[in-house]
Amino acid sequence: METIIILLVGVLVSTATYLLLSKNLIRVVLGTAILSHAIHLLLMTMGGLKMGSVPILGDQVDTYTDALPQALILTAIVISFAVTAFFLVLVYRTYQSTGSDNLYELKGPQDE
Amino acid sequence: MRENDVILQTVSKVAVFIVLTFGVYLFLAGHHHPGGGFIGGLMLSSAFVLLYLAFDVETVNKGLPFDYKKVAALGVLIATLTGTGSLVFDSSFLSQTFAYFNLPIFGKTELATVMLFESGVALGVIGVVVTIIISISEDV
Amino acid sequence: MNNVLVFPMIVPILAAMLLLFFRSNTAVQRWGSVGAMTVVFGTSVWILQQVMLHGILRLDFGEWLPPFGITFVADSFAMLLVTVSSLVTVLCLVYAAFAKDEKRESFFMYPFALLLAAGVNGSFLTGDLFNLFVCFEVMLLASYVLMTLGGEKKQLTEGIKYILINILSSWLFLLGIAYLYGTLGTLNMAHLSVRIAEAGQPPLLTTISMLFLVVFSLKAGLVLYFWLPGSYSTLPAAISALFAALLTKVGVYALFRTFTLLFYHEPSLTHKVIGYMAAATMIGGSIGALAHRDVRKIASYNVVIAIGFILVGLASFNIEAIQGSIYYLIHDILIKGLLFLLVGTIIHLTGKTRFDQESGLIANYPLFGWLFFIMILSLGGIPPFSGFAGKLFIGEGAIGAGHYGLTAIAFLSSLFVLYSLLRVFLIMFWGESSILSKNQIPLSKGMLAPLVALGIITTGLGLGMDYLSPYVSEAAHVLMNPDVYIEGALHNE
Repeated sequence: METIIILLVGVLVSTATYLLLSKNLIRVVLGTAILSHAIHLLLMTMGGLKMGSVPILGDQVDTYTDALPQALILTAIVISFAVTAFFLVLVYRTYQSTGSDNLYELKGPQDE
Repeated sequence: MRENDVILQTVSKVAVFIVLTFGVYLFLAGHHHPGGGFIGGLMLSSAFVLLYLAFDVETVNKGLPFDYKKVAALGVLIATLTGTGSLVFDSSFLSQTFAYFNLPIFGKTELATVMLFESGVALGVIGVVVTIIISISEDV
Repeated sequence: MNNVLVFPMIVPILAAMLLLFFRSNTAVQRWGSVGAMTVVFGTSVWILQQVMLHGILRLDFGEWLPPFGITFVADSFAMLLVTVSSLVTVLCLVYAAFAKDEKRESFFMYPFALLLAAGVNGSFLTGDLFNLFVCFEVMLLASYVLMTLGGEKKQLTEGIKYILINILSSWLFLLGIAYLYGTLGTLNMAHLSVRIAEAGQPPLLTTISMLFLVVFSLKAGLVLYFWLPGSYSTLPAAISALFAALLTKVGVYALFRTFTLLFYHEPSLTHKVIGYMAAATMIGGSIGALAHRDVRKIASYNVVIAIGFILVGLASFNIEAIQGSIYYLIHDILIKGLLFLLVGTIIHLTGKTRFDQESGLIANYPLFGWLFFIMILSLGGIPPFSGFAGKLFIGEGAIGAGHYGLTAIAFLSSLFVLYSLLRVFLIMFWGESSILSKNQIPLSKGMLAPLVALGIITTGLGLGMDYLSPYVSEAAHVLMNPDVYIEGALHNE
């Protein structure tokens, strides 16, 4: 199971890298979003994937899952949500003020 | 260009209440089951976003005259203040407690201070999400 | 239970949220934020005294004991940085209050500056690697907003690059955290240190440490500083001063923490790489500082050189060098704040960004001119000012560690710092005055006050080094002896 998820992470990262390297700003934003999903999956896998109960002492369960990676992912999701939303607004504002969503045209002035 | 959106508007009038109820359910369920302030808040804000989609911004703002930036600020304020509240009782920052009460209608109910914290989180999420959606959708 | 430890982070957040309700009242915004940061400064001085008296202090959030819960750990290294950065934030906010940039002020400049300070202080204080990531993100989100506030075209395009590079480095940070959790099963820094020491830092962990090196180098601007000059030079004075004083220093702090507390078992590899990176940073920064004519670019490259210089101390990795780095870090937070405020003021007064477009400013603004001169001397590490002790100790430590080439590069880069800014001083301030006194924009006393205060502090720190030295040697002692930190951060009564 872990191997499959790791392969999936690999696919997501390569997709994201492809998107990040494109000139179109919206693709770049999508690339960052996919990149963060990849890392969330990886965090989840690092805690070990297994079916089990909540980790509470004294409960009569055989297996329990580690709750920490899930807490970490939730936090990371909230943060990446906020960052992606802000990035999206910024890209939109940039498009409005420069009339371009092509990164090559947004290089900045050549002279100082 | 806005054409005939009677169907969307009629459906949203009903759907918004279902979504809102589900949001409140998720929020309350969070103590022992999947759910909680963040997810509940997202669900509640999706109801607001649906309203903004079906009707236009001016109409909704007339009905719901909130400044969502301030809603978000209020949320964060509540969340941090409940954290500092535990300082008054001489325990560590962000300490939580709970107790069981016999309430008239609900019977034996568990009331937890984490609920206050989560309500702050929910308000924060609603405020931020709706602010973002409005600022993107403005002048499109 | 030391609930006061959370104040440096929570007071700015509370103040920021309250200020959001007073959008239209700029006076409340200005003085409310200054007041909040003054409270933070006062509290952190008090905590620093407590740390000196009672050793390392710890706060367990929600009474979850380490290594399970989130903790804030205050050792003297962290508290020194919290204190100095709060002080600089107060002065930058005072400057902003008198600069009266109303367009930005009405778009919540002060609340976001406070959130930035909260993130910075949280990063210094946290004792948990994931919490460090969260505090980094709080700081970065605030910086994204401050970066693009005002919405000028150049700000937006530079903002996109800045955000993109930071998203990538945050991604690498999470990757490192995920691997570390997968191999060691904990994220509490003291606990990590114990487990890494038990395992003896095998090659796998050294590889992970390289990942962290890349992440924090991106944030600190060590070698990977290509994003820095462009983004810092689009900002208004007060904000650019805040950025230059605080943001990169948090990366430097994280580098020091991870490579003295966690990955200190293979210095022949990790610290050697840091040494090479520091050398490359200083060379690249010097070239940049000499190549540009835009004063903001010169100032930005000076930030880069200083980062390289501080990391020489970490690369040498002995007690003198670490002490020197702490001295220099404190000095650099203050002096980079002053440098960027001065440069911003020059642009505010003349409207010119290139130093060859203006001359004779000292005739128009004598006190301001001499402040600039003091700042140059202090940056160059000339004795009576605060840069001297740091340079001396780092040099001593680096020679002690046998890094002669690195020492040579470090001191040559100081010469380039001096030269690049003296050139600005000689051309812009000396010579025939190009501004007629009737066209001269008055420099308000309020704007001058924080500059003078910073000038006095840098002189005072230089003269009063003896007063600072017990704090610094305590901080260096904790950094060089991870057991002391572990005892303070992990031991449950």
